[in-house]
Amino acid sequence: MAAERPVQRKTSADAASPRALMSVRGLGIRFKTSHGVWQATRKIDFDIAAGERVGIVGESGCGKTITGLSILRLLPNNLAGLDGSIMFDGVDLARCSTRAMRAIRGRRIAMIFQEPMSALDPVFTVGHQISETLRVHTNVSKEEARERTLDMLRRVGIASPERRIDDYPHQLSGGMRQRVMIAASLICGPQLLIADEPTTALDVTVQAQILELLRDLSETSNTALMLITHDLGVVAETCTRMITMYAGEVIEDAAVDDALVRPLHPYTSGLLRSLPHLSPRHGKLPSIPGRVPSIVDMPNGCRFKARCAHAVAGCEKEQELRDAGPGRRVRCWRFNELDLPGALQHAPSAPIAAMVGDP
Amino acid sequence: MSALAADIADEGVKDAIVSVRDLQVQFQTSDRRATVKAVDGVDFDVRRGETFGIIGESGSGKTTIGRALVFLVKPSAGAILHNGVDPLALPRRQFQSHRRDYQIIFQDPNAALNPRMTILSSVLEPLELAREGDRAQRLRRAREAMDRVGLPQDVGDRYPHQLSGGQKQRVVIARALTLRPKLIVCDEVVAALDMSIRGDVLNLFAELQRDLGLTYVFITHDLAVVSHISERIAVMYLGRFVELGPTEQVSERPLHPYTQALLSAEPRPLPSSMRSGNRIVLQGEIPSPIDPPSGCRFRTRCQYAQALCAEQTPEWRELARDHWVACHFADRPSFSPN
Ligand SMILES: Nc1ncnc2c1ncn2[C@@H]1O[C@H](COP(=O)(O)OP(=O)(O)OP(=O)(O)O)[C@@H](O)[C@H]1O
Ligand SMILES: Nc1ncnc2c1ncn2[C@@H]1O[C@H](COP(=O)(O)OP(=O)(O)O)[C@@H](O)[C@H]1O
Ligand code: SF4
Ligand code: SF4
Ligand SMILES: [Mg+2]
Ligand SMILES: [Mg+2]
Repeated sequence: MAAERPVQRKTSADAASPRALMSVRGLGIRFKTSHGVWQATRKIDFDIAAGERVGIVGESGCGKTITGLSILRLLPNNLAGLDGSIMFDGVDLARCSTRAMRAIRGRRIAMIFQEPMSALDPVFTVGHQISETLRVHTNVSKEEARERTLDMLRRVGIASPERRIDDYPHQLSGGMRQRVMIAASLICGPQLLIADEPTTALDVTVQAQILELLRDLSETSNTALMLITHDLGVVAETCTRMITMYAGEVIEDAAVDDALVRPLHPYTSGLLRSLPHLSPRHGKLPSIPGRVPSIVDMPNGCRFKARCAHAVAGCEKEQELRDAGPGRRVRCWRFNELDLPGALQHAPSAPIAAMVGDP
Repeated sequence: MSALAADIADEGVKDAIVSVRDLQVQFQTSDRRATVKAVDGVDFDVRRGETFGIIGESGSGKTTIGRALVFLVKPSAGAILHNGVDPLALPRRQFQSHRRDYQIIFQDPNAALNPRMTILSSVLEPLELAREGDRAQRLRRAREAMDRVGLPQDVGDRYPHQLSGGQKQRVVIARALTLRPKLIVCDEVVAALDMSIRGDVLNLFAELQRDLGLTYVFITHDLAVVSHISERIAVMYLGRFVELGPTEQVSERPLHPYTQALLSAEPRPLPSSMRSGNRIVLQGEIPSPIDPPSGCRFRTRCQYAQALCAEQTPEWRELARDHWVACHFADRPSFSPN
């Protein structure tokens, strides 16, 4: 009979959606630490379709970054184990050879980070760094690589790229560095771009420029975007779907407008309610009591129950990500009976300067 | 200075706990070749009991103003009066005791707390440095302060690494409260906190203000936070205020093109049907404060800029009651892009 491991893999692959560009099933990440092995994330399931823009939201430490890194197998070397599967065009990225991974990383799936300075090499010009990416993956000539780099720099909104292409990273502003990073990540025309807090280090006016750029590039070249952020506003402005994580698990997956108007998980609803945008000015802000459970001391059953106003007997049972209508899933068995407030309930007093720019 | 004090008294801003006139703060760059005009001519009064918000992009000079208000950095020119008094004119000892009434709290609680000191020792420290009362009185006041910010007493025996971010920020607030200040400058105090606890800390600030009659200068780059908590908002750009007024007016009927752009750039967590489509996306980034543009400093990014904007510095005008703005054309019924 078949050994246990292949059977598990087959089940996860079966569950993967045939139309998805990428299907993540049962993804779990474990780290070796001096205190033993820590389960950082578990049971992560989601799909990303071609050209789709998906926001991954959640508080610090919930597992957003490592989920992104695991897709490209860039996890830190104290990794103890990776469970589940990441199906991308018929290849399981969680299991494929290093060589297969290298052919995908940077070429078909690219990633950008919060601090572009640390990702750019200070001793090479920006032009060199972008064209090298291209030359590693394709056999274009030096001249052609330079032409395409200039073209890409223009597309990401760098004015007079002929003058900028031979600059070193420290000669650029924060916003320009992030544009260079985006140019480098898109030069090979990837099908998926993973962006981890790409605008957190930037000012709000520059953030608006970069988000607009990401949205436009994703639309014109049908590149799927996985945008990791803690800012629900950024997701609302940029993405079509929102995946909410809590304490190492996906707890809700829905179209952005659905998640904002009618969240199905008490945590998503609590997050929305705690935003100052949506509360009457000077009023008391609703807040979620308590804090995220520690990675070393996860409760059984629903991981949110100690903070949940709707917890009842039954919530101590393990919670699975359930289907909750077309394109929606939620990790809460009570979702049907709860009628939770979203962004709209608070909106009348809210829209900060909704009228700005109108005469 | 005393002439200025007299001037300010004449203007009748009697409820001002802080009066700032033509404040300038300059720094030398590390190679000493150039001067950074971090704050370059700012005027305002903070009224007793209010929350005065200051908003602006990174590098606009917010922190420098905050540090100057509590005399952590010396003004290069201009004046800062506390309650009509120039603290720099006070004798040294009086200056030291005066400073306790004006505290500042920064973004990162980790930097503010000594990792090797217990929480209680950290909260006690300012009282000990100020040699307030005897040991028993100091302990009582430290415990009171911890109580005020909602920290259980058993936290006192712990070390910073055993606390969450929100708890650590509460410790820092408790520390500032022990000296019973009149005014606290809060510099990005919730920026490092997670979303779900940010609300708690903001609620705490509001509650302390009600109960203790505190005045806040609340510095942040987060529009939603500043408009939630402040009575008035000042908008800062490249070392100067460009707009100042009641929160409702600044955040709903902004007069300055920069304020308008800032508000429209703010990503809002609203469904697509509720977001207005016409966003103003500013070009470029904030110029260097070493060599700011002539005339109006915002002109390099302003969609309404005219020839005049490069030639003349716009005046700081009170266009509506209590609503100040620095733009040549802010009184036009509506700007039109050229
Ligand atoms: N000690 C210093 N030496 C030299 N330049 C300084 C010094 N302190 C501040 N500056 C400069 O003054 C300007 C304003 O600084 P400040 O930190 O007050 O701005 P900020 O608006 O609070 O920025 P951020 O939001 O990034 O903290 C910046 O250009 C900064 O580099
Ligand atoms: N190298 C590591 N060793 C041990 N634990 C780690 C390591 N990297 C991340 N973690 C833990 O994994 C969890 C998720 O981390 P991360 O993906 O960085 O979260 P986020 O990006 O959402 O802030 C956290 O509890 C974090 O402490
Ligand atoms: S399972 Fe229970 S405790 Fe968990 S979110 Fe749902 S109602 Fe709350
Ligand atoms: S003075 Fe001119 S450049 Fe400055 S904000 Fe007004 S219109 Fe724009
Ligand atoms: Mg992260
Ligand atoms: Mg600052």
